Amino acid sequence: MRQDTKVVPTEAMDFAATSRSPAGAASPGVPVSVRGLHHAYGELQTIERLDLDLPAHGVLGLVGPSGCGKSTLLELICGLQEPGDGAIDVGGAGDAASRLSRCAFMPQRDLLLPWLAAIDNAALALRNRGVRRREARAEAGKLFERFGLAGFEHALPAELSGGMRQRVAFLRTLVAGKPVLALDEPFASLDAITRAEMQSWLAGALESNPRTVVLVTHDVEEALYLSDRVAVLSARPGRIVEELSAPAPRAPDRDAVVTDPGFVEVRERAMHALRAGTR
Amino acid sequence: MNRWVLPVLVLAALIGAWQVAASSGAIADALGLEPFLVPSPSEIADALWESRSLLAENAWVTLREILLGLLCALAAGLGFAVLLHLSETLRRAFYPLIVASQTIPIVAIAPILIVWFGFGIGPKLAIVALICFFPITVNTLDGLRSVDPEATKMMRTLDASRWQILRRVEAPTALPYVFSGAKIAAVIAPIGALFGEWVGSDAGLGHLILQDNAQLETARMFAAVAVLATIALALFGLLALAERRVVRWR
Repeated sequence: MRQDTKVVPTEAMDFAATSRSPAGAASPGVPVSVRGLHHAYGELQTIERLDLDLPAHGVLGLVGPSGCGKSTLLELICGLQEPGDGAIDVGGAGDAASRLSRCAFMPQRDLLLPWLAAIDNAALALRNRGVRRREARAEAGKLFERFGLAGFEHALPAELSGGMRQRVAFLRTLVAGKPVLALDEPFASLDAITRAEMQSWLAGALESNPRTVVLVTHDVEEALYLSDRVAVLSARPGRIVEELSAPAPRAPDRDAVVTDPGFVEVRERAMHALRAGTR
Repeated sequence: MNRWVLPVLVLAALIGAWQVAASSGAIADALGLEPFLVPSPSEIADALWESRSLLAENAWVTLREILLGLLCALAAGLGFAVLLHLSETLRRAFYPLIVASQTIPIVAIAPILIVWFGFGIGPKLAIVALICFFPITVNTLDGLRSVDPEATKMMRTLDASRWQILRRVEAPTALPYVFSGAKIAAVIAPIGALFGEWVGSDAGLGHLILQDNAQLETARMFAAVAVLATIALALFGLLALAERRVVRWR
């Protein structure tokens, strides 16, 4: 049943672009660049000589074996941590506080606050900025309709299905109005069917709400479908072993795309690189 | 089957056995005592009814000590837990001391509290608050620290201040833990109040129990104990009810 995952594209829909972001982001999506990044936890070198370039509105997929520092890299970009060495630039600013003000982070588990209704979870960023509850709900509510969640505004997270929760979590990230979205394995906890649905859903959401996105996943297919480019990371210490262009980023018919021979070929190359990098 | 049925049956059986053993004089014979020293449950019930106003007067004194002491412990415990949560330095400095303070037997310092604060409600409050402070503080702190670090990161990227993270994420997460601590405190608070009264007082259930004991009014002594136990149970029940009302998402 795909109808509840349908995304209705509308023009000039990005309310978040006009929302009060402390960064004062005029346009959603800013370029992100990473230069010569090194990072270690104590003695453990997690990231080594890493360079990344991401244009505004670009979607970059990061795949790699477990423990290769993917999640750390996201936290570094978001300004949740400072790197050991190297430079990270998000929309022209390099310090952690500016990066933090330009990035919204979607963690692996949805981490919806169980005591807040779905709409209040989605509106968290607005509430944190001092917007009144009513206004915040009204703004977040617009997106609920648009993203197939109408009618579930006042449901508690425990009453929602896994896919629904993940959608609310994504809306929460989107409502923050940040130019950069950092998604950490957003669908890892879902079953295969729901995950495929959510990938289509996210593709539609990103097409209608373009942002600069860094997507961490261990699912090569997911990365290649959702991203413009995919960087394959090696085992720890993480560095990029291969960069691939996706054949049909976020094309409407996901099932057709992922079974296309061209897509399959790129996917196999990515898998090969992944295997090589793990050794 | 209702979850109350079994415990009530067991309790009824115990009371019934006690009734038979006491009223037949079996316990008194076995212990070599005068039968009036071993009251049966029915005698205790009689004493409860006959002395109801005396018991109620004294119960009110004790209840006030318990409630005020609990409130002090809650205020201090919650405040302290939040402080220790917010400051790593404070936590390192104070947490071991809080734990160590629990090894000081209240029994040993109660007399000195009476010397310092006199026979009024002061020392009883102090004792109740002292024994209740620990479970509340430790549980609350555990609750505050049980927040998923990912949730904190997520909130930071959603422009939350430290205060907002505390209010919107950490405090609600800690709430069930606070209730657990408060429930433990509610059950031990009457013990503290009783002890405070034993060391020095002129009213309260503890005072009454000591008096009755000295005057061999054993039935009324048991009646006073029953009242005190009922207070503890009622407090626990009220807190459990409040928890169910407040922590709806569980």
